[in-house]
Amino acid sequence: MIARVRNPSLTIGVTIVATMILAALLGPLLFRTDPLAIDLAGSLTGPSLAHPFGCDSLGRDMLARVLWGARLSLSISTVVVALSLVVGSVIGGAAALAGGRIDNLVMRAVDIVLAFPGILLAIALAAILGPGLIDLVIALTAMGWTGYARIVRGEVLTLREREYVVAATTLGASPSRLLTRHLLPAVAGPLAVQATFGIGGIIGAEAALSFLGLGAMPPTPSWGNMLDAGRAFLLVAPHLTTAPGLAIGLSILGFNLLGDGIAQRVGSRA
Amino acid sequence: MIKYLMRRLVSIVPVALGVATLTFAIIHLVPGDPVVAMLGDSAAPADIEGMRHQLGLDRPLLTQYATYLGGLAIGDLGESTSYRKPVAQIVSERFPATIELAAAGMFVALLIAFPLGIVAGSNPGGAADMGAMGFAILGISIPHIYLGPLLMILFSLDLRWLPLTGRGGFAHLVLPAMTLGTALAAIIARMLRHSLIVVRASDYMRTAIGKGLSPRAAIVRHGLKNAMTSVITIIGLQMGSLLSGTLITEMIFSWPGLGRLLIGAIGARDYPLVEGCVLTFAMTYVVVNLATDVVYALVDPRVRIS
Repeated sequence: MIARVRNPSLTIGVTIVATMILAALLGPLLFRTDPLAIDLAGSLTGPSLAHPFGCDSLGRDMLARVLWGARLSLSISTVVVALSLVVGSVIGGAAALAGGRIDNLVMRAVDIVLAFPGILLAIALAAILGPGLIDLVIALTAMGWTGYARIVRGEVLTLREREYVVAATTLGASPSRLLTRHLLPAVAGPLAVQATFGIGGIIGAEAALSFLGLGAMPPTPSWGNMLDAGRAFLLVAPHLTTAPGLAIGLSILGFNLLGDGIAQRVGSRA
Repeated sequence: MIKYLMRRLVSIVPVALGVATLTFAIIHLVPGDPVVAMLGDSAAPADIEGMRHQLGLDRPLLTQYATYLGGLAIGDLGESTSYRKPVAQIVSERFPATIELAAAGMFVALLIAFPLGIVAGSNPGGAADMGAMGFAILGISIPHIYLGPLLMILFSLDLRWLPLTGRGGFAHLVLPAMTLGTALAAIIARMLRHSLIVVRASDYMRTAIGKGLSPRAAIVRHGLKNAMTSVITIIGLQMGSLLSGTLITEMIFSWPGLGRLLIGAIGARDYPLVEGCVLTFAMTYVVVNLATDVVYALVDPRVRIS
């Protein structure tokens, strides 16, 4: 019998995410087919030994495109989540420390950003900024920072009242010591959970924007624009949607499970 | 209750104003000249000036903002440059299709979520629970842009049961509603399971079973009602994903709603129309949130008082 795993979400999540990262890092180095090389003779061909995932309408190798798409998807979502984390934490922390009117103003701003449902704000920004990877990062960050701001603000507000923090302040602890010794350990768990779910969310949002033609532009391989291109050939070549679709779904699944697992581990969220 | 309703109604005014202002700011302050984008780089300077004047973009920003807010107050969203019709008219023509899709998606979500959540929450750790939660985590992870084509391949192209795209009768609605509702179903089912597990441990459930009610009847009569508050909360929180999900789903199934209008307007660089669509989506979300809070207050009297 296999030993029962205590935190299966964490184990499966780590496995999927690690596989995805390895595929993104090493995939294009090991499988050296050019994702942009056009071969019209191989148009829409199914999986074969030379092309394990088949070829798209221009005869480009789907495996190479999915692997390069993984690089794009994972790097964009990591950058967006890191930026959102920094921007959100600074704004949320500053609001809580300033208190009063400034705090009120910042929280109203958060409410207004959150009044734009789902990826609508990112769509509107991407529409005006124009397609491009940097614009895509800006649009997704503008949408994503609020969650982190709320967490950090909430933690700072409750921590200020905690006895051990009051004790440390009374004993003359400097603000930087308070920040590193007391605040950071307290927010690290909830932020890690939020960021892990956040990466999964941004992978989906990036794919959706690219699908709509507002993110990565062809010929750059991104899972979203590959799915969009594959839609025209659903009947003759369903593998064109299967490969990028499974890649998106599996990545989101991996980060969701990892987030669940971390949440169980740090004991935040149900 | 009326007092609570009034208070909530008043509280959406600043948010609505903020939404209008942010939408205006995105269109007017973000770098990039909409008129040049509309007419192309090679357009004659006179044409650019003419268009700028026609759209009122040559006036001071504050004047434009005041005109915009004044127009909003009377339901005037400006004129679309590609349709040459009032934006408000185009938006109101497309709006019902989006609401129809969103409502159908919500219906599918509830239809799947309740059996799943109840089965899972009645016997946590059992085989049915594992199956239901396995389905739920898959449902949360599969993106609309893949689930849509997958359902199309299965039900339209292979089985030929349902039409591929477009809006029409009930049959046209099934696949888009399933695409939209699956993720939501999974999230609601997880929440329902969680709150049923919490509720099962409560004293009144022990009393209900103690007085001779079968566990099933106890859950249906007492448990579900008390589990509802957290379910309504999660539904409220998910309304944003539902609305932006309609946008993607409309693009997949060529559904003639607001989302497809918006993406078309972006393609045509029709900024007044983009502005109107974004604003309508956001305002709908604000109103839906208000409605969720009201339902919440109706179900749970404790909310009204605080």
